[in-house]
Amino acid sequence: MLIGPSAALADWISPESGGSPNADKVDTLYTIVLCMGIVIFVLVEGLLLYSIFKFRARRRGPQPAQVHGNTRLEVGWTVAAAVIVLVIAGITFAFLGGIKNPPSSSPTGLQGASGVQLATVGALKTPSGKALHIDVNGQQYIWRYDYVDQPRLTENRPVYAYYRMVVPTDTTVILKLNASDVIHSWWIPRLGGKADATPGHDNYTWFKIPGKYAGQIFKGQCAELCGEGHADMRAEVQALPPDQFKAWFERQRNDLLASQKALAAQRKAGVGQ
Amino acid sequence: MTTTEYVAERPIAAVPRPEVVLHGLRERPRGWLEWLTTTDHKKIGILYLYSTFIFFLIGGVEALMMRLQLAVPTNTLLTPKAYNAVMTMHGTTMVFLFVVPVLAGFGNYFVPLMIGARDMAFPRLNALSFWLLFFGGIVFYVSVFFHPPTAGWTMYTPLTEEAFSPGGGVDAWIFLIHLTGLSSLVGAVNFVATIHNMRAKGMGWARMPLFVWSILIYSYLLILALPAVAAGVTMLLTDRHLDTGFFNPANGGDPLLWQHLFWFFGHPEVYIMVLPAFGMISEVIPVFSRKPIFGYKAIAASTAAIAFLGMLVWAHHMFTTPTATVVLAFFMLSSFTIGVPTGIKIFNWLATMWRGSLVFKTPLYFACGFLAQFVIGGISGIMLAVFPVDWQLHDTYFVVAHFHYTLFGGAIFGLFAGLYYWFPKMSGRLMNETLGKISFWLMFIGFNTTFLVQHAAGTSGMPRRIYTYYSTSGWEGYNLVSTIGAFILATGVLLTVINLIRSIKHGQKAGNDPWKANTLEWFTTSPPPENNFDVVPRIRSAEPMKDIRRDVAAGGRAAGSVAQPVAPGT
Repeated sequence: MLIGPSAALADWISPESGGSPNADKVDTLYTIVLCMGIVIFVLVEGLLLYSIFKFRARRRGPQPAQVHGNTRLEVGWTVAAAVIVLVIAGITFAFLGGIKNPPSSSPTGLQGASGVQLATVGALKTPSGKALHIDVNGQQYIWRYDYVDQPRLTENRPVYAYYRMVVPTDTTVILKLNASDVIHSWWIPRLGGKADATPGHDNYTWFKIPGKYAGQIFKGQCAELCGEGHADMRAEVQALPPDQFKAWFERQRNDLLASQKALAAQRKAGVGQ
Repeated sequence: MTTTEYVAERPIAAVPRPEVVLHGLRERPRGWLEWLTTTDHKKIGILYLYSTFIFFLIGGVEALMMRLQLAVPTNTLLTPKAYNAVMTMHGTTMVFLFVVPVLAGFGNYFVPLMIGARDMAFPRLNALSFWLLFFGGIVFYVSVFFHPPTAGWTMYTPLTEEAFSPGGGVDAWIFLIHLTGLSSLVGAVNFVATIHNMRAKGMGWARMPLFVWSILIYSYLLILALPAVAAGVTMLLTDRHLDTGFFNPANGGDPLLWQHLFWFFGHPEVYIMVLPAFGMISEVIPVFSRKPIFGYKAIAASTAAIAFLGMLVWAHHMFTTPTATVVLAFFMLSSFTIGVPTGIKIFNWLATMWRGSLVFKTPLYFACGFLAQFVIGGISGIMLAVFPVDWQLHDTYFVVAHFHYTLFGGAIFGLFAGLYYWFPKMSGRLMNETLGKISFWLMFIGFNTTFLVQHAAGTSGMPRRIYTYYSTSGWEGYNLVSTIGAFILATGVLLTVINLIRSIKHGQKAGNDPWKANTLEWFTTSPPPENNFDVVPRIRSAEPMKDIRRDVAAGGRAAGSVAQPVAPGT
């Protein structure tokens, strides 16, 4: 079968991929199930079309044989249907690990990406325990990203960004999702499936962008109706080589610190008046 | 007018005339008052059919408004708020005010006729069930003039909490669910009582028409599923107005609880909508193939199996929520199992047509369209049940395409087959065949043009329920094609509406049994008299009309030939 993660030709009929191994594996799994579906589709539509053309009533044609059923045949297609879904279940479980569990960051990825211990049930962990952790918070109608395991602004205030998430390539990025108002759903199609951001719950997903996509921007938008601005709740992920990421992060941190300082000064001035 | 009068005129020899003295017999109201006060299952059935078809047309106009808005990128025809309102009204209308009650309408009209009963078990309850539906629809649609709901037909919390959805729209929706839910519950109890107790002599479970089987299972499913959503919307109502906090995490509640309650009802609801359409297909295909249904017992049993399994799959709507993988795996496997009884049905229908003698009247066109399209919805359903794949496809246009293939391509094509099949019985006249076939082709082409490309839009990353998209998204082509298809589809539906209105007055006279059908409703006149049957023959198989025709052809006295209305003077 001509199925590969890079089968861009078939991409109009299969999910987006090519940004992260989990998206590629979902694409492959989808394509396998689709191929099995096409076989069944051709079989059923073929039988239907054949019957429509072959068994039209003819004038003075003989009365058709009054067949009431055929136990052997019926047991046959029941078993066949059961076998097909069992096979699909088997294939799914074979693929599940690669889609669900994040791999470790590559040696070329961000160094010093820490291994913050995650206590929550359902949290994701790479085999080496190392990954870049970002908390994603959905709110009407924007996404906010907290870089929780990187140097902070203050002790309990991580560096943050809105709308565009900047990440290093070759590094496993683990997202912890929640929402502060209504339910939103995080989805960058080329980086894998969605995960709902639900108030009161933490949800997890991950991606790992290969080095060849450095500089690329992956686009997506909120996938759960969240109000009037739902269609405008867009998001971007920009992949940078680890050293450029570090530079960006420092700049972002300094900008935030500077603006904090300016704000504090302004407040003081406001109080003084 | 009715056959009872003729019976009374017949000389009754030596037997003394029994005297019955009636007290307090009220004169029957005439004209529109008769329609308001009727408890006749056929009149109630007609009321159901007219009301639900009007809601179908309203829901269709809402669909066209959405398609117009999405025809081109960054369109400003509808405001985001108006789009969300139209989208919410469309979904709610089609599910609660069209597909579910239209099936109750067909069931009301035909279940008593098919089992040889005089009426439903509880005629007044039957009238109540219609009027609850009717006022449910009105309560909901009145909100258009105030604050129509905008949170989608699934009404996910916390978006539907007072803080995020002020105004009465969500409350109007809650009252719609309560009223139509009560309507369905009362109706379901009535169907169960009727089908269990009022079948003709000899009609054992294995001789009951498959449509009646499907209405029985539909009723049980309604009884099992509706309490969950009734509880859910009541909790939502108290959350909104009494601050109970069932779904509010700040008060110790959980928004996921709503999703569980809603889909515990919502997924059986899918089968509630499609099983009776399966039943109609199981009546239409054998009649127009001139062959008995292939595997009667397998079809009846698979209907029950689908209903049972359908109660165990609700969380496959929740694969992207924060839920343990083992739970997702369970709901994937349970969803897969439904593929088996559904596959059984499809192959049984195909085997019924196999080596038949296919008479291509409009009902069979729609039945074939149903088969061709439903199988696509079934396959995409299995694909969506694979939960890692669903992580990509969930809440995209792929899902929109999937459920329209099952609900429009499946259920609605099925009930159009039923409409063309049973219209002669209800009106006494045939619908126009040419117009019917043109309508079919427009609907078939329009439907597939609208929804096939939506699979591709979904896999290219287009989420559902968005009021607009950029011209750089790559979705422009799909959406334009889809909008064109929607208008072709609407033209097809409109032709059937014209056909229906024309045929009521000007259609060709149908006679009792225009299709050489198999079931008991074709034994009486078209339209049937108020008492349905004077005499009900003893049922000897699942195809009583075939037995009667054979008896008549053999020259013998047919088992129930006396029941044929006798013209005066004979």
